[in-house]
Amino acid sequence: MKASQKTVRLRIQRFDPETDLAPHYDSFEVTTKPGMTVLDALFQVLEKKDPLLGFRYSCRSAVCGSCATFINGRQRLACNTQIQKLGSEVTIAPLPHIPVIRDLVVDLHPYFEKMRMVKPYFESRTPLPDREFLQSPKDRQAIDVAIDCIDCMSCLSACPISWTNPNYPGPAAFVKAARFIADSRDSAKPERFRLIGCEDGVWRCHTIFNCADACPKSINPTRFIQYLKRKAAIAPLLR
Amino acid sequence: MQVEVSKMIEHDVIVVGGGLAGLRAAIESSKYADTAVVSRVHPLRSHTGAAQGGINAALGNIEANRDDNWEKHAYDTIKGSDFLADQDAVEIMTKEGPARIIEMEHWGCPFSRTEDGKIAQRPFGGAGYPRTCFAADKTGHYLLVTAYEQMLKRNIRVYEEWFVTSLIVEGDAIRGLIAFDVLTGDLEVFKAKAVILATGGAGWIYGKSTNSMINSGSGMAMAYRAGVALKDMEFVQFHPTALYPTCILITEGARGEGGYLVNSQGERFMQRYAPKAMELAPRDIVSRSIQKEIDEGRGINNLYVHLDVRHLGRDKILSRLPGIRDIALDFAGIDPIKEPIPIQPAQHYTMGGVDCNSKCETRIKGLYAAGECACISVHGANRLGGNSLLDTVVFGKIAGEQAGQFASTQTNSTEAKLLEAALEAENSRIQSFFAGNGDEDPSIIREEMRNLMVEKAFMFRSREGLEEALAKLGELKKRFEHLRPIVAKKAYNLDLIRAIELQEMLELSEVIVASALSREESRGSHVRLDFPKRDDARFLKHTLAFRTERGPRIEFSEVKITRYEPEERKY
Repeated sequence: MKASQKTVRLRIQRFDPETDLAPHYDSFEVTTKPGMTVLDALFQVLEKKDPLLGFRYSCRSAVCGSCATFINGRQRLACNTQIQKLGSEVTIAPLPHIPVIRDLVVDLHPYFEKMRMVKPYFESRTPLPDREFLQSPKDRQAIDVAIDCIDCMSCLSACPISWTNPNYPGPAAFVKAARFIADSRDSAKPERFRLIGCEDGVWRCHTIFNCADACPKSINPTRFIQYLKRKAAIAPLLR
Repeated sequence: MQVEVSKMIEHDVIVVGGGLAGLRAAIESSKYADTAVVSRVHPLRSHTGAAQGGINAALGNIEANRDDNWEKHAYDTIKGSDFLADQDAVEIMTKEGPARIIEMEHWGCPFSRTEDGKIAQRPFGGAGYPRTCFAADKTGHYLLVTAYEQMLKRNIRVYEEWFVTSLIVEGDAIRGLIAFDVLTGDLEVFKAKAVILATGGAGWIYGKSTNSMINSGSGMAMAYRAGVALKDMEFVQFHPTALYPTCILITEGARGEGGYLVNSQGERFMQRYAPKAMELAPRDIVSRSIQKEIDEGRGINNLYVHLDVRHLGRDKILSRLPGIRDIALDFAGIDPIKEPIPIQPAQHYTMGGVDCNSKCETRIKGLYAAGECACISVHGANRLGGNSLLDTVVFGKIAGEQAGQFASTQTNSTEAKLLEAALEAENSRIQSFFAGNGDEDPSIIREEMRNLMVEKAFMFRSREGLEEALAKLGELKKRFEHLRPIVAKKAYNLDLIRAIELQEMLELSEVIVASALSREESRGSHVRLDFPKRDDARFLKHTLAFRTERGPRIEFSEVKITRYEPEERKY
């Protein structure tokens, strides 16, 4: 083995709905080199040790959100996490607090159902201009960062309010709502305030910033939730 | 897996693939007919999201491009294609471009803006004007999210994480398809009057590729098996600037914003290859130049060259190229504000694909193709940066319109027997993977194939190398017949998915190599060291590969020339 190579012990949480009543951990030794990611290590296991392993992947460049998992106790993308920085033992589990389908694969539906609670699409002003809407660079900047969400579900997995309240849209959905409320071109703001300002809306956030810690794209959902609270509080006064 | 036709799913139009072409097609088709999308990954995980630099259209809305128009865009595209694009199709694309982009803007796409609030544009390779509309360096991601949102608004049904394994064709008409639910393993028939293939490219065939790992070319392979020709498959785009060594894309926008390419001697070497256009020559030319520098000993560590954006300054890098900075930091441990980025050419785009006309129709009635999996052809022998996203929205809309209108005039009277038989046949094909009695490891065959394609069918090709590749692919296909048993699991069976993909990629590799062998000239991305010149007399033609039991049969078809006669490409 070359000096730059290191053996890492991967502990991977396993669950097979066909045979298992509860999840357990399996250990595998993988040979790592500099530049290798946790996703590369999962492929090494799949190809060389256990063709049964289940995990999601697609872009392997941190833009698609497929491979968010719970790595050494925090939500991360497997594809942009360098394995040699994690020490000699790495524990990989599916995102916590989301139902598991198999091994590291979790159910996407709770996340996307919650997303639907906030009207997750643009409603343009009318009438439509012949050309593009004019939007100043400053107005455009107002939606920066919020639009970078890759729907990896890390924040939902980290949010204690979401764990217990099925009616709470959760951090990513609020980031989506903020993205439209801050957009100078959107026309559905009154409805959006109604959706996020209801009993199970933004007020339930305890501002403990778990979502911000979990986000692999450096989005701070709590900040957007605070923004929504301010906006929602004064919205009725501005009517 | 069980055969239960009673559970049959039925829609008028089924779109295979949830990237930008597929979603745009579904949005359009749903105006005319009941439409559903079937995608092997959640649509937001599609490869469109990895597109960075922008989307071209002659908007003519800013001072720097006031004289631009769709005809100039068409000319640049055709010249970029080394005159192999069908000019009528290019005209449709460049004429429709502005309307499609304004539409995406009206749907909320967060384009970057000029000082006076208009959609901003940056210069891109091979373009006479700055006409690449962008949203920082994450244009594909924002467009994909926007289209997905609009699909939610229209309540279009999506079967996410369903893996399509084959098309059902009766005579010369499409009847539906067969797919399994990746989460449960259930194999099902989808009955349809029309099917749109929008499954993307086949980049993962190459060991060096900027593509997502799901880009196995499945739609191309399925159409090929169903009797549709694959067109111009020898034309594979190699992107000049893929991060060394992972081959993650570094956008052409980095050069559009003013980045330099520099060799080990600190020289901006593009002055020797394209003195006028420099770093913004078309991709085929820049990729070859970089490879030449490396091959002739002027690469850094003989492995890569540098893309230097430091002189753009921190503010511009953070506002225009934030994604690139993250990629360089995450995957190479390098901050482009302080250090140059190590880059190498890598496979990037499949110019060839499912043979179809400018209405996205294939030779099977009711079967359409759009986006990277299709070959209409608007990209010819070399695609211009910024034209692929444009291709997806323009021809996605056209495919959706055509399929939706066609389906609304059809009655779906396919006999259940036909569908049952198709399902049974597919089921036994899949069961045979589980019953394998050999000891060949699919991962090893996959790796050998991917390395082979880089060694023998990459940027510089020759008869000798291609013939070796063809022979080796034949061996790999034989070995594939003696696979170890694939694990028989229902939920999320990656072993099965990857075996099916590998079988398809082996077949597509063979098509690429056979097409490359038949084209005894150098044109655009296809360079034959033994035939270094373009040969219009013999090869101003599309290659068509048809499937036979003994491998691909190659035919040729005419290129449509409307107003631009072929000329020498100089930049």
